[in-house]
Amino acid sequence: MRDLWLAYKMRWKRRRLLFRAWRKRRQLESVADRTGLVGSGHLLLFSTVRNELARLPFFLDHYRGQGVDHFLIVDNDSDDGTTAYLEAQPDVSLWRTSESYKRARFGMDWLTVLQARHGHGHWCLTVDADELFIFPHHDECRLDDLTRWLDQQGRRSMGAIMLDLYPKGRLSDVQYQPGQDPTEILQWFDRGNYETRFQPALNNQLVRGGVRSRVFFAADPARAPTLSKIPLVKWDRRFVYVSSTHSLLPPRLNRVRPEQVPDIVTGVLLHTKFLHMVIGKSLEDKNRKQHFENGELFREYYNGLIADPTFWTASSVRYSGWQQLEDIGLMSGGGWRSGQTATSNGGGPVGGKD
Amino acid sequence: MSVGVVMLVHGDLARAEQVARHWSENGCPVVIHVDRQAPKKAFAAVQENLADLSNVAFCARHRVEWGTFSLVLATQSASTLMLERFEDVRHVYLASGSCLPLRPVEELVRYLAERPKTDFIESVTTRDVPWTIGGLDVERFNFRFPFAWKRHRRLFDSYVGLQRRLGVRRRVPDGLTPHLGSQWWCLTRQTLSAILEDPRRKEYDRYFSRVWIPDESYFQTLARLYSTRIESRSLTLSKFDFMGKPHVFYDDHLQLLRRSDCFVARKIWPHAEKLYANFLSADLARLGATEPNPGKIDKIFSKAVERRINGRPGMIMHSRFPKEGYEKGHTSAPYSVFEGFSDLFEQFEDWLADTTGTKVHGHLFDPDRVEFSGRQSVYAGALSDSARLRDYNPKGFLTNLIWNTRGERQCFQFGPRDNQDISWLIATDPNAQVSVISGAWAIPLFSSNKNFSQIRKEAARLQRIESDHLDILKSIYTKARVRVWTLADFLASPMEPLQMILDEIGPRNTRRLTAAPKMVDLDGFGQFLQNLKNQGMQPQLMGDFPAGPEFPDHKNRPQRPYLVQ
Repeated sequence: MRDLWLAYKMRWKRRRLLFRAWRKRRQLESVADRTGLVGSGHLLLFSTVRNELARLPFFLDHYRGQGVDHFLIVDNDSDDGTTAYLEAQPDVSLWRTSESYKRARFGMDWLTVLQARHGHGHWCLTVDADELFIFPHHDECRLDDLTRWLDQQGRRSMGAIMLDLYPKGRLSDVQYQPGQDPTEILQWFDRGNYETRFQPALNNQLVRGGVRSRVFFAADPARAPTLSKIPLVKWDRRFVYVSSTHSLLPPRLNRVRPEQVPDIVTGVLLHTKFLHMVIGKSLEDKNRKQHFENGELFREYYNGLIADPTFWTASSVRYSGWQQLEDIGLMSGGGWRSGQTATSNGGGPVGGKD
Repeated sequence: MSVGVVMLVHGDLARAEQVARHWSENGCPVVIHVDRQAPKKAFAAVQENLADLSNVAFCARHRVEWGTFSLVLATQSASTLMLERFEDVRHVYLASGSCLPLRPVEELVRYLAERPKTDFIESVTTRDVPWTIGGLDVERFNFRFPFAWKRHRRLFDSYVGLQRRLGVRRRVPDGLTPHLGSQWWCLTRQTLSAILEDPRRKEYDRYFSRVWIPDESYFQTLARLYSTRIESRSLTLSKFDFMGKPHVFYDDHLQLLRRSDCFVARKIWPHAEKLYANFLSADLARLGATEPNPGKIDKIFSKAVERRINGRPGMIMHSRFPKEGYEKGHTSAPYSVFEGFSDLFEQFEDWLADTTGTKVHGHLFDPDRVEFSGRQSVYAGALSDSARLRDYNPKGFLTNLIWNTRGERQCFQFGPRDNQDISWLIATDPNAQVSVISGAWAIPLFSSNKNFSQIRKEAARLQRIESDHLDILKSIYTKARVRVWTLADFLASPMEPLQMILDEIGPRNTRRLTAAPKMVDLDGFGQFLQNLKNQGMQPQLMGDFPAGPEFPDHKNRPQRPYLVQ
């Protein structure tokens, strides 16, 4: 009975969010609409950006290399040339808006509009400009191999952990050059200080911890940023992200783990926030107060970043590829490729195969 | 005499074409059935590309749907054409578009030529099949299945349910005994033509057209009527995962496939460039007359299955978060919890680390900070020593620590002064070895410099906490290896319990313990307890302590600890 009530509430919440996004549809002004290029079965990427000129070249290359066919990007009032740069890309459709990021549910309202309009029936990746999505075997196969397999498995969504990468020294020690692979500078991460809990309302897991929790939120761990995300979804126009890409509705999409003990395929979003630019950006964000529900609480966090901290400790681990992350448990193959799928039932006939 | 290959193709046509060419150029006639749902253009392209090969033919196309009779129809058409068109074919090998020959074709030809009368078809009665997944075994033959499982799952399921309730039983045509087996067979011309030209074929076809997954039973059943010699096994290596889906082979399986010595394997991932390049190359290693041996790689697969079914115990993450009660334990490796030992012995941590070679922490759940070994502020996996971070999710903290330090046994101190939220996890974890000296928490109070009224209050509090904790350890849900001694019992003969604990920790400690760690001075402790009693607080957990000024010598009275399992 309670489940029914919860399902009912969530259904209305989903409708409310969709309606809210629909009302904001006019906030988006089309700069370059190349969505005519999108064919059936294409893989789409959605993102909201603001002053990301330095990161974008590598960002686009990374995802093009993985087989993303088209980028749908909302530019929130950039003034560093981001707009012109994106407009010139042949596989980018660009919208711009100067409305409040915070009041648009941190950009999600805008993306919801675009996803409903263009994402229906496509596998959609929704990421920030500082997030590089990787998954097991990403060096040998492309995203569409993965999504085809997910289709076969009957899965519509795939989870990923946001993994904060940081440099060995101070954040400002090395200057990032546009086009450079950020993981050349940000080589280190926290291996095993993540905590997971289950949220029944949205049927999702909440993973928190990592370096930001360790350095900035030891006094108030409940405020530490959530790291669990569901960036890859086979979209339907009735879907909507709830808070950033941490959870979405309907709740069944949040079930990125199996009911019982085995693990299921997940990826990692390499979070490359902590390049030298973050210091300037934090200063700006702190004053714009557009990034967190309760800006005041995050003043300390921003101050911490502005102070150019060192995250590295002797327990930090140097990033060396997906195999390492899978070994540690930060991502999981869960039946996707390699010798982890087979049974030794003598090759007999079974009910239920491809 | 040669071997003809019947290929059923629906997906990746380019790969199928490549394999067909390989068979054909090595002297094997090929008949290809392409699913009618495949795009016209792609089909035309394949036809054109293979036009230069005279021993390749295409048969009439059917619309194939998995689990239905259409697959049998396709096989029948292709086989009929094969037998008509290529007269000197003696064995017909049924393969799919994602099958890949693993050994030189000539070896397969020779192998079959040496066994001219043998049909290789896995064929067993339903009673003997343990491997059907999803519960449909005998019912495959007794029920009707008019609905496609893939498209109309609900109808399919409810119709099966209905037939179950009604107790439907179809009449199997006279003379047939239903047999099941792998869809991929290799039959002799004699057997195959007998099946195809059977005067009662219409009747059989009608029956099988409503059987569930007839491609796994049609030829398997009928072959029993005509074959003079059945080898009940498939020459095609195919593996199924625990969901009943066929296992897909990727480039990483190259060595594995080589070792199997099988002639053909499926399914191969269409983009497995390395596999195709390797096994279709002309200079593939000759194995001579080696028998196929799929069993050789079974061990590797069963290990993988184990991992696939259970995940990695003790790893908690986004991808793995077992529901409460779904998993036997909570952690990934054995660890030891010591309660009261560091109160009773001086420098107990150092002594334990030296004697056992394990990693020994202080009170990990101390209310002020996490006392990691060496009091490091950041420990394995960048765990912070902040008590707040730990207390936000104490269970996660412990599972993380054990997971992060796999391969090195962890020991830590625990007591009633610590965060007790962890009690249930430890008690219900088979990996935990818990050793308790109950009442030892009174020793620091005894040597403290506080007012007696404060001490009395604190003693009452600690006693209550430890008593609750011991109740948990003694509960019926406890899976940890728990040993509890009262302080008095332990003092009577400290060496024996210590030896027992250390023996259990590791084989490294085969030596007998010669020296116990140094005990704190307990002169006057009995009197201290008596004082507590006099003030109205009843210290129980320490056991029987004489009130005298001196601690009596119990050395000649060995005591056995009691074991709670």
